[in-house]
Amino acid sequence: MDFACPRTWAEALEVQAQEPDTVPICGGTDVMVDVNFDRRRPAALLDLTRVRDLQGWSHRDGRIVLGAGVTYARVIDELGDRLPGLAMAARTVGSPQIRNRGTVGGNLGAASPAGDSHPPLLATETVVVAESVRGARRIEIADFYTGVKRNALEPDELIREIEVEVAGGPQQFSKIGPRNAMVIAVAGFALALHPDVRRVGTGLGSASPTPRRAAEAEVFVAAEFDERGLWESRSELPESVAEEFGRRVGLATEPIDDVRGSAAYRKHAISVLARRALTWAWSDYRRHRL
Amino acid sequence: MRVTTTVNGQRVELDDVWEGESLMYALRERAGLPGSKNACEQGECGSCTVYLDGVPVCSCLVAAGQSEGRDITTVEGLASKTDLHGVQQAFLDAGAVQCGFCTPGLLIAAHDLIARVPEPSDPDIREALAGNLCRCTGYEKIMDAVHLAADRAGARP
Ligand SMILES: Cc1cc2nc3c(=O)[nH]c(=O)nc-3n(C[C@H](O)[C@H](O)[C@H](O)COP(=O)(O)OP(=O)(O)OC[C@H]3O[C@@H](n4cnc5c(N)ncnc54)[C@H](O)[C@@H]3O)c2cc1C
Ligand code: FES
Ligand code: FES
Repeated sequence: MDFACPRTWAEALEVQAQEPDTVPICGGTDVMVDVNFDRRRPAALLDLTRVRDLQGWSHRDGRIVLGAGVTYARVIDELGDRLPGLAMAARTVGSPQIRNRGTVGGNLGAASPAGDSHPPLLATETVVVAESVRGARRIEIADFYTGVKRNALEPDELIREIEVEVAGGPQQFSKIGPRNAMVIAVAGFALALHPDVRRVGTGLGSASPTPRRAAEAEVFVAAEFDERGLWESRSELPESVAEEFGRRVGLATEPIDDVRGSAAYRKHAISVLARRALTWAWSDYRRHRL
Repeated sequence: MRVTTTVNGQRVELDDVWEGESLMYALRERAGLPGSKNACEQGECGSCTVYLDGVPVCSCLVAAGQSEGRDITTVEGLASKTDLHGVQQAFLDAGAVQCGFCTPGLLIAAHDLIARVPEPSDPDIREALAGNLCRCTGYEKIMDAVHLAADRAGARP
């Protein structure tokens, strides 16, 4: 096995291009588990923690450009106000030790259907910027997940950064698991209100082979809000709308039975999470007059 | 490969490190520092917790090569030549050590908490120690120990 620890992004891309069986490692919280248990013996590990370009974030045109190597701990500390949904999800990841090391880029690299970054990224406009020696390309978040633990990266590509829309309204994230820490989501749900474009964004986790949106439920709730003039009036959310929204989010799931929960439970749980998330976000919207 | 780091304030050269080796293994088997314990090798138990550049991490999930040129503090680095660190003494005094396997990781996590939050509440402690499992389940005594350590640190002039 080789171990490469480039200092620059150009060098990192060069290494990845030369040997496609090179496994990038950032926080190592997924990679090292596999290596420790002999589940993975890559030709080489490519340490990305020394590549400066990946370790920071910046503000650009109403978006946060988040370097692939930014840890959950930093998302929580530094971006809670601008990316509240992602920060809420980050707070639920693993333990302090895992949050100090694990990254959003690594979560995308692993592309687990249970990854907690995915629902909030899906609920807002997010673009993954991938790059190789051949050049950079922008991948819409919904197109990034291609299968169970599969993503749209080519073998020579690395994730450079993730562009996430700064919150224009209240956001929510919730997940279900047996305790309050160290929990792989049995079901997860994120919601973002976008009052400027009169849209409600959704993201589902642990509910289908890949993280996904509940597109039909989004259309339903947007139409209801428009018809009832709710964005302008900010009046109370009719319970029937929240209920029906939850039901339709449930229909968007394609869950499996496994040791953590049955498919039927997951579908039901996601409906409940969705109804509550909409109710909570709406009451924030009414209060804050954002 | 060779990895050069600073461990507990001393420059350490680790030889013949395998490229996929964890920092925990390198510390225990090459640096002669068996304080950090190996219990799960998957980030679940926290017994291998060390400071890496001042931040508590599971050393079983850090590739040894990633620690090149970095600064590491293990449980062995908490005490001075003559005295236990206050957090260590509090664990002893409160009876928070049974078999002791989880203790090194808990000490680092508790040390970090008290540095950040001098007067931690019960929820602060539970949150900060959520990544550290104790199979002897002495959690109540561990809570007592962290409070005791924080109180004593606060009382000191
Ligand atoms: C005890 C424990 C608890 C956990 N709890 C949670 C949890 O609650 N929620 C959750 O979502 N996850 C959880 N995880 C999984 C893991 O922490 C996350 O997936 C994390 O985001 C991975 O980030 P990392 O930087 O550590 O990734 P790494 O392990 O370094 O990499 C993960 C994958 O991404 C690839 N990769 C990394 N960076 C890049 C890049 N820049 N470009 C291309 N590919 C890249 C790697 O090759 C690898 O395939 C847990 C893990 C452990 C060990
Ligand atoms: S041995 Fe590292 S967390 Fe358990
Ligand atoms: S004292 Fe035995 S595992 Fe904690």
